[in-house]
Amino acid sequence: MNWGEFFFMNGYAWYIWGSYGMALLIFFIEIVMVRHRKMLILEQLHLMRNVENVVT
Amino acid sequence: MAINWFKYSAPSTFYGVAGKMVPWFSWSAAILFVVGLYIGFFVAPTDIQQSEAYRIMFIHVPASILSMFIYLVMAGYAALGLIFNTRLSSMMASALAPTGALLAFLSLWTGALWGKPMWGAWWVWDARLTSELILLFLYLGFIALHASIDDPRRADRASALLAIIGSVNVPIIYFSVQWWNTLHQGATVKFTGTSMHVAMQQGMFTMMLAVWLYAIAVTLLRVRCIILERECKAQWVSELVEVRR
Amino acid sequence: MNKLSLIDLLSLVIRRDLVLAMRRRADVLTTLIFFVIVVSLFPLGVGPEMDMLRKMAPGVVWVAALLASMLSLGRMFSADYLDGTLEQMMLVPQSLSVLVLAKILAHWMVSGLPLVIMAPVLGLQFDMPTQALWVLIAALLLGTPILSMIGAVGAALTLGLRGGGALVSLLVLPLCIPVLIFGAGAVEAVVSGTSVGSHLSLLGALLLIALVFTPWVTALALRISME
Repeated sequence: MNWGEFFFMNGYAWYIWGSYGMALLIFFIEIVMVRHRKMLILEQLHLMRNVENVVT
Repeated sequence: MAINWFKYSAPSTFYGVAGKMVPWFSWSAAILFVVGLYIGFFVAPTDIQQSEAYRIMFIHVPASILSMFIYLVMAGYAALGLIFNTRLSSMMASALAPTGALLAFLSLWTGALWGKPMWGAWWVWDARLTSELILLFLYLGFIALHASIDDPRRADRASALLAIIGSVNVPIIYFSVQWWNTLHQGATVKFTGTSMHVAMQQGMFTMMLAVWLYAIAVTLLRVRCIILERECKAQWVSELVEVRR
Repeated sequence: MNKLSLIDLLSLVIRRDLVLAMRRRADVLTTLIFFVIVVSLFPLGVGPEMDMLRKMAPGVVWVAALLASMLSLGRMFSADYLDGTLEQMMLVPQSLSVLVLAKILAHWMVSGLPLVIMAPVLGLQFDMPTQALWVLIAALLLGTPILSMIGAVGAALTLGLRGGGALVSLLVLPLCIPVLIFGAGAVEAVVSGTSVGSHLSLLGALLLIALVFTPWVTALALRISME
């Protein structure tokens, strides 16, 4: 079996790669969003800390 | 050995524990994904009736089963949070919801892509597909209710109650949809009558385990964010290495 | 106040809510008119073929009733919440669940019962046979109280929130699906000549379950929202 045949999937290429592509996209987006959320809250904590340091 | 569970249920302790667990879960999830996809695409033979299209099963079935399972786990955490007033369980419940909703969506998407070549239609009002759609609505309701309440304590408790009502309703909804489906003689989707090949089973279980570990890893990452957001004024947070930097 | 029996309390709250509703008759009428308009729009959307309309009728009437009952949910607790009555009700020595049950029943009489009475007239628009109209009334009589009860939980959870109206529909509509299935199914069963009893008894079972649990859950939700 060569790679062209493998990706053709006996004519079901769109359905199969569409499914796995969406799965990959969802996992990717979810991870990026969680990382972004973490970055935001850490930035906010830095800000809060800096403000406190200035005040005290 | 007696483990003091209450010690780990304090957000400040759990933040560190979760941080140590995340790499383990995510790496084993990644390895299992590779192994599962290898078995699914190279070891498992072509199905006689469905040809190659059945290979969608390796992502569709784990996504469907886990989306339902995560709802129950979420309702369980929500109930714990409501009854014992433990903050961490409520945080876990709200951390699980987005992952569950995304898996429910993935299950519908892959179901549609599997349905098109098999039944000739993107969407069939089959009992299982319909229940999955309603499950997605329940997730969206939980997330929307949690997001629209500003006070975190009220948000936790209100959405916990909603999750419990939802989980009590899920069997009733499933039964009624099944009833409705048989009355209208809708399409019944049965996986190939013959028993599944051993390699197919192995591939599916490996992928299921992989998605499961992935869900745990991403939930732990999210619950860490939630802990920081909620406890941003606490002393221990300002002493964290990543905050001090 | 302590001498008040539960039945007295129930009727007291129901009478109070009915009097209040009668003072604001426009609200009651709006729900009813909404119901009539939604049902009347369907033939305009799908065409006037009588065969198709007869087939669609049970589903259309039930979906319209479901949507109409969503409209009035926001009013169930919000007026009492805004003027502080609800806070007083929580301090009453009798159980809050009974008060909630009374409010649900009053709400049903004001917003559910008119739909039940109006439904047969709308059924005639769809050329439903007489027997089907009777089953429609029976199914709506059993089903609309369940909608009010599930709706009460949603209304209590979203008490005082911004965008409450759309949110409460998002929460409540998925939970109402079994009612829709059995309610519309009963009418379809009589049209196609199969047994109606199983549908109606399942609806009755749902009604009993809802009657036992929802007042208590709604009271819990109100306490969460008010604290």
